[in-house]
Amino acid sequence: MVEITDLHKTFGKNNVLNGVNLNINEGGVFAILGPNGSGKTTIIKSILGMVIPDNGLIKVCDVSIKNNSIYRHKIDYLPQIANFPSNLKVNELIKMIKDLRGDTHHDKTLIKTFKLEPFLDKKLGTLSGGTKQKVNIVLTFMFNSPILILDEPTTGLDPISLIHLKELLKAEKSKGKTILITSHIMSFVEEVADEIVFILEGKIYFKGSIAKLKTKTKQKDFEHAIANILTKEDA
Amino acid sequence: MFSSIKAAVDNAISGDTIFIKTGVYNESNIVIYKKSLHILGEEGTIVDTQENGYGFSVEATDISIKNLTFKNIKVSYTKEYAAILLFKSYDFIIENITVENAFFGFLIQKSKDGFIRNNIISGEGKAEADSGNAIHLWHCENIKIINNDVRRMRDGIYLEFGNNSYIANNYSTKNMRYGLHFMFSNNNTYENNIFEANGAGVAVMFSKKIKMYSNIFKKNWGTASYGILLKEINDAELKHNIFEENTVGINADGTNRINYSENTFKNNGYAIKVHGACYDNRYTKNNFLYNSFDLSYSGNLNNNSFKHNFWSNYTGYDLDKNGIGDIPYRPVKLFSYLVNRTPESIVLLRSLFTDIIDFSEKVSPVFTPENLIDSEPLMTQITW
Amino acid sequence: MLKILKYSFYDLMRSSWSYVYFAFYLVLGIVLLFLNNNLSKAVITLMNVIIVLVPLIATIFGVMYYYSSKEFTELLLAQPLNRSSIFLGQYFGVAISLSMSLILGLGIPFIAYGLLKSGAIWDFSLLLITGVFLTFIFSALAFNIALSNENKIKGFGYAILMWLFLAIIYDGLFLMSLIIFEAYPLDKVSLLGTILNPIDLSRTLILLKLDISALLGYTGAVFKQFFGTSLGLIISFVMLMIWVILPVLRINFKSRKKDF
Repeated sequence: MVEITDLHKTFGKNNVLNGVNLNINEGGVFAILGPNGSGKTTIIKSILGMVIPDNGLIKVCDVSIKNNSIYRHKIDYLPQIANFPSNLKVNELIKMIKDLRGDTHHDKTLIKTFKLEPFLDKKLGTLSGGTKQKVNIVLTFMFNSPILILDEPTTGLDPISLIHLKELLKAEKSKGKTILITSHIMSFVEEVADEIVFILEGKIYFKGSIAKLKTKTKQKDFEHAIANILTKEDA
Repeated sequence: MFSSIKAAVDNAISGDTIFIKTGVYNESNIVIYKKSLHILGEEGTIVDTQENGYGFSVEATDISIKNLTFKNIKVSYTKEYAAILLFKSYDFIIENITVENAFFGFLIQKSKDGFIRNNIISGEGKAEADSGNAIHLWHCENIKIINNDVRRMRDGIYLEFGNNSYIANNYSTKNMRYGLHFMFSNNNTYENNIFEANGAGVAVMFSKKIKMYSNIFKKNWGTASYGILLKEINDAELKHNIFEENTVGINADGTNRINYSENTFKNNGYAIKVHGACYDNRYTKNNFLYNSFDLSYSGNLNNNSFKHNFWSNYTGYDLDKNGIGDIPYRPVKLFSYLVNRTPESIVLLRSLFTDIIDFSEKVSPVFTPENLIDSEPLMTQITW
Repeated sequence: MLKILKYSFYDLMRSSWSYVYFAFYLVLGIVLLFLNNNLSKAVITLMNVIIVLVPLIATIFGVMYYYSSKEFTELLLAQPLNRSSIFLGQYFGVAISLSMSLILGLGIPFIAYGLLKSGAIWDFSLLLITGVFLTFIFSALAFNIALSNENKIKGFGYAILMWLFLAIIYDGLFLMSLIIFEAYPLDKVSLLGTILNPIDLSRTLILLKLDISALLGYTGAVFKQFFGTSLGLIISFVMLMIWVILPVLRINFKSRKKDF
């Protein structure tokens, strides 16, 4: 589904990605993990075409993404920080994204699920961070694209919305979608992810299921397994 | 009864009056020699010279020519063909004459004591070289040129060695060179004339004691256009004139003892541009309104003075309410000084930078002549 | 691109800044006309305002809009949209909404004053056209600066510096070099110097219709040929177009290579 070959990226003097090779197959939830500054977001942004790689090849559904924007019809993206034009109202934003991507009816049910009805006529600038994140989720999930990319989706969500999010993820997964997630909440990752990709210093350090990671690090607990990788690296 | 004007003139004796009936007369070079004749046309009398020399050629005393239309005067590069040529003629009247497609209109030489009034003269010349002057005086005295309309000629009215003459209520426009032109002509007065859109409005050169009152100079707007060009003239007076939208209102070069009072300069490029050595010129009670530059001075101030003028650019105040600004006004801006030095810098006219340097120069003058000031600028416009 | 333009435009039309800008021109127009009582004089004063303030406002607005809509831009970047259509759409949204404020703000009082019956309408239209050109040029330059500077403060600083340079410092250097080299023929150099700065170019273009044409012609044959004929007008407009096109091309080029 997503094929990354020998990806390099340097920001100024900061060498962020150092020859990343990654192949993500169709279907399932993939969590991209790694310490701060390891290049998670850069990989995601490279797939989205927001970061232009120095070197390397990215294929989405077997098509190179270089100088291409149409492939993004196949991707729904939930950005890390949701900040929208503050003068727009919520329903105007939804209308606008629909206008840009094509029509969908999925938004109504999502709005109901996250109880956003009272905010539809409010300007985005007046919303709280959590509500903005909910709007963000609605915008992402309302299209039925085969690939979902979620960058820190849990930020600012209340427990009920978190449950809704997990349910959504489950539902999308059952439809056979490919879902890419980054998160710092290990319990969340453990709960939803089928496979994890661990990035360290711009390289893929580990790729496989959580069970495989646990055996590799000889830890029973996922969180400890991650910590184990990091301390080993430091030592 | 004669069938041609020429026959009538040839057969007339001194003191006769010749009436010309309406019609087109294809005649030219009608000579009146030492006969006092009074020639009158009926309405619609046309003399078409068919590009064949002069209309009338006159040498006589006590003569009048009235109510005629002349057409198609020959253009020549060697002879000055005119509708009416007067030579050594005294006590003449030229009145209600229309000259169309003129080369010269009236050519008056060595003549005295005449009236030229209510005439309309227009030419079709394309360049100075193939066009003549509408009313051209040479070595004349005491001629009154009143209420004429002259246009599209080289000069509208030209006086060379013409003295003690009076020029009033004329309208001179679209002439290629000057609306009115004095050369070596002294003691003349011109007033209530309008000079509009000529190469230059009026040129006064090498002349003395010219009085210029209540004329309007407007839209003499071109690359080398002036309202008035004053060159080497002395003891003149300009009063109650209006200069509006000229490239240069007054271009003065080598002028002495000139009084400028109660004139209005409005929307000109330069109101007054002074070159060369000019002594004892006085500028009092003039209005300087919205000119790009009020004054440009190359050379020394030389005892010229500015006093009691109204300057629209004046930003001072009048605390004692006597109608006179409490701080002096400096009419020469730093930028106009720079443009004088480096003419190309005119491309920066009205830019923010030049406003800034003008302002700083106003606050602490460094470059502009220190004593070139109006020490008592007026707070309100002069009316008269 | 048109969709992005539409949304940026709506977004700006709702922002209070557009109204402040609009109100500023409205008040300016009214004050100039009803205090001066002279249309031609008001046009000259307006010229001074337009060639200084329009670039400043377009610069600040362009930079501000770019930085403040950064997250929105990122949202758009994840959509199946061309990069150039996102940035050009935003740019034209800013430039058009600023131009609208300018045209309406100044146009309304002038029309109310009876401009349509007056001879100054051509001068006034030229003034507005030049103002619109300056808006497009300087918001494009501002976008360029913002695109090249991630740091907001730096971007603002450079943008203001650019305005300061083109509005004042350039003319100072220009005047100084004219004076230093006054012994040489300068007519072509000074024309070139004028053409290379959009503010100077706009000023000359307006002055051609007001008072400078004859004064410029006075200076020499080259000036006369340039400013006395329609050649000057045509070249000026072509140069203004180039001044719009080049920065817009750079926005396009730069946005393709940029990481977000």
